[in-house]
Amino acid sequence: MAKIVVDVMLKPEILDPQGNAVASALPRLGFSFTKSVRQGKRFEIEVEGEPTADQLAQVEKAAEVLLSNPVIENFVVRVEK
Amino acid sequence: MRVGVITFPGTLDDRDAARAVVAGGSEAVSLWHADADLKNVDAVILPGGFSYGDYLRCGAISRFAPVMNLVIEAASKGMPVLGICNGFQVLCESHLLPGALTRNSDLHFLCRDQEIEIVNNTTAWTSSYKSGEKIVIPLKNGEGSFQCDENTLAQLEGEGRVIARYVGQNPNGSRNLIAGITNARGNVVGLMPHPEHAINELTGPSAQGLGFFTSILNAMVN
Repeated sequence: MAKIVVDVMLKPEILDPQGNAVASALPRLGFSFTKSVRQGKRFEIEVEGEPTADQLAQVEKAAEVLLSNPVIENFVVRVEK
Repeated sequence: MRVGVITFPGTLDDRDAARAVVAGGSEAVSLWHADADLKNVDAVILPGGFSYGDYLRCGAISRFAPVMNLVIEAASKGMPVLGICNGFQVLCESHLLPGALTRNSDLHFLCRDQEIEIVNNTTAWTSSYKSGEKIVIPLKNGEGSFQCDENTLAQLEGEGRVIARYVGQNPNGSRNLIAGITNARGNVVGLMPHPEHAINELTGPSAQGLGFFTSILNAMVN
């Protein structure tokens, strides 16, 4: 069974207060090398067998209209075995 | 004058919105998110709350509720629509208004009385106010930071489509202190703070929110 994975991230120019909060918490745990943190979302969509080109196209569409908000976010669709 | 107030699963402020509609002189009509009928209303309010638990993104799932197809269609024909707080988020996700509301810049859920300035009194929902009038109404949200790209911001400012701005310190990181905007036609308005909680001094910081609900009556009569 394969998974279609959609990663959604805030666009680089959009302020990410949650990522900033994580970035400021990490040094308190000893992770002093952190330059910055951006927080995003990951969707895993399971399909029977290998995803078809049509299914991937439909997931692209779903990512555009529902899973992400193109005003503030970018997304990437990929297949994970 | 019939003003619909939509209840989504997770909506909180529908009853206060309905009360404000009545106090403003109109009839309040309850609409359910699964309705495929706007019940002959003349205007619609999308109230505040946490529709669909704010899952995915605030307003993202409500946008696909059956009643929203009708609201989007009616709005495109000129019907007045007001989205307050979560309703504003739904209007942005529906692309009836540009931009998006993101997490408050300091991460805190804010709940306080907020001064705002009405900067456009020509919309269906703001005509009872004077341009430049300052009012105090509650602001209560976790994701109220208005964001959009430079072109959209220039367009909103250039066309006078910012309807209200925060006065004083920026509460949530919104661009240009934007508290509310309208569409090009002026019939769809989104506002982050809550005028429906400020229609009576006994229960709110002022009665200055009432103007949004009397404006809609003016819009229909004229």
